[in-house]
Amino acid sequence: MKSLGSIRRDFAPWNDPNAKPYIQFDNVTKKFGDFTAVNNLSLTIFEREFFALLGASGCGKSTLLRMLAGFEEPTAGRILLDGQDLRGIPPYRRPVNMMFQSYALFPHMTVENNIAFGLKQEGMPKPDIEKRVAEMLKLVKLEQFAKRKPHQLSGGQRQRVALARSVAKRPKVLLLDEPLGALDKKLREETQFELMDLQQELGLTFVVVTHDQEEAMTMADRIAIMDKGEVMQVATPAEVYEAPASRFVAHFVGNVNMFEGKVAERSANTTRITGASGAQIVVENGGAVAAPNADIVFAIRPEKIKVSSKKPADAVNAMEGEVYDVAYLGDMTVYHIRLDDGQIVRASALNAARVTEDPLTWNDRAWVSFRPDAGVVLAR
Amino acid sequence: MNATWSRFNVTSIVLGFAFLYLPIVLLIVFSFNESKLVTVWGGFSTKWYVSLFHNQGLMDATWVTARVGVISATVATVLGTLAALTLTRYTRFRGRVLFSGMVFAPLVMPEVITGLSLLLLFVAVGLDRGFFTVTLAHITLTMCFVAVVVQSRLVSFDRSLEEAAMDLGATPAKTFFQITLPVILPAIVSGWMLAFTLSLDDLVIASFTSGPGATTLPMKIYSQVRLGVTPEINAACTILIAVVAVGVIIASIANKRREVQRQLDEQAAQRG
Repeated sequence: MKSLGSIRRDFAPWNDPNAKPYIQFDNVTKKFGDFTAVNNLSLTIFEREFFALLGASGCGKSTLLRMLAGFEEPTAGRILLDGQDLRGIPPYRRPVNMMFQSYALFPHMTVENNIAFGLKQEGMPKPDIEKRVAEMLKLVKLEQFAKRKPHQLSGGQRQRVALARSVAKRPKVLLLDEPLGALDKKLREETQFELMDLQQELGLTFVVVTHDQEEAMTMADRIAIMDKGEVMQVATPAEVYEAPASRFVAHFVGNVNMFEGKVAERSANTTRITGASGAQIVVENGGAVAAPNADIVFAIRPEKIKVSSKKPADAVNAMEGEVYDVAYLGDMTVYHIRLDDGQIVRASALNAARVTEDPLTWNDRAWVSFRPDAGVVLAR
Repeated sequence: MNATWSRFNVTSIVLGFAFLYLPIVLLIVFSFNESKLVTVWGGFSTKWYVSLFHNQGLMDATWVTARVGVISATVATVLGTLAALTLTRYTRFRGRVLFSGMVFAPLVMPEVITGLSLLLLFVAVGLDRGFFTVTLAHITLTMCFVAVVVQSRLVSFDRSLEEAAMDLGATPAKTFFQITLPVILPAIVSGWMLAFTLSLDDLVIASFTSGPGATTLPMKIYSQVRLGVTPEINAACTILIAVVAVGVIIASIANKRREVQRQLDEQAAQRG
């Protein structure tokens, strides 16, 4: 059997120009009174994809999910599922199922009746229902809890019942609204992997809404980063992190250092930037193509910055400053360096050895340096 | 709790409870009085309870009251639940504030006015006053109480339960009967009981809207008292009190047990 990782690595229909989109949002707008929750948004999701909608609360990600489920109708635009326009189709006739943030388990029904509810609605024969329910209970490892009511379960068990109930009907698409939001950290991490396994096992398309970037990065094939009802970037987790499309995305996912500046010179694949305070930065293969003299931002992640007490001999990009703050986190150490022009740079160093060779502490003089391909130029 | 039993505290409690319960205790004690004189103790006896059951007038009135109560409470529960659903669900229709004000106005309307206006209406449309008109009047009176009780439950009702049901393929009607109704049923039942109790003890509106042959128990008791209180009436009232008390005690015991069971379940769930 192929491992999960190798299956996922080979899966990239978004790079295939002939791949047929499975879910399609076409210029979808949703207004609530004067408030625009989703603004002229277009998005395609492929079959068997694990797709995450990531954004702060109020960015329109849940509205998008609710439109897919049929609880809201778009004000303008259309949503296609497997080629079929979903307009006017009520939620109870859509081949999608949703797992709710609150789980929405029916409090007056036992676990097995909760799971059987959807199957009964479609008029499945009783023996088949029993078989499917048993199968689902086994899938989420709750066999011995079949006769319990939701209030007799722990939070993690409730979450699994909600999951079993939403996949029992074998929907074409499973929508998950903050599926792990109510679990504690440790359980959340375990469940992330369980969800990924489940998605592979059932071969379903998953669309998950989350505000937790780590969750989105861990689970999703692709992430759509949303802000104010618009999609800022759709890409794989690695692309989102290493090649953010805009300042917003760079800021939203992970930590980042930003240097304001202007393009001083462009050649085939290097760009030379003059920082606001005169510092020179050379960038290779990175980000936006900006005309000379355009205002841009150079963005670089903290772990790609090296901190040392002396200027490294081979450094292309190096700036001097003073150690402003040191945070020892065990697996790594985070330095805040105040450059001589006043900007504070965050750098993190992996503690690969138990003793640091070049110890730096508060108020030491220090150099920050990075390779020309370590960061990206952002025009927006 | 380390409140000391000071003389002040004890006095307050005795006075307070005496204020609440002394009249009722007196009524119960005198229902077992041998003497026909209401205020003179003549020894213990249960003869008034026996004679009560031979008083055809009182028994008829009890039967009328029970029927009016059950019918009016049931209809009021249906109407009140519908009103509560509309008020909590469709929050954006025009005139909602006016509508909710109109549903709840009878709560504070003086009963004399409700009774009188109903009487005028029944006379105007030529309805003969009797069993039917009392029942109608009681529906009017109690519907808004049911609406209040059910609405307070619906406010805390998790709408995603209904969305989940629809998402799983249940039509709106099925969703209502299989999910919404069972979940809010306790509130509907308490609404019904409240309506029944209100109908049971209403004198004012019944006096306005009742006619010959449809005398309710409170009307009967009141009219008998005007001719002089008999120990028979005390006995009837004692039975009423007993019925209500038993109902309340059963309800609270059931509630308590459910609560304890729930806590045990939750603890068990936490342990895994």
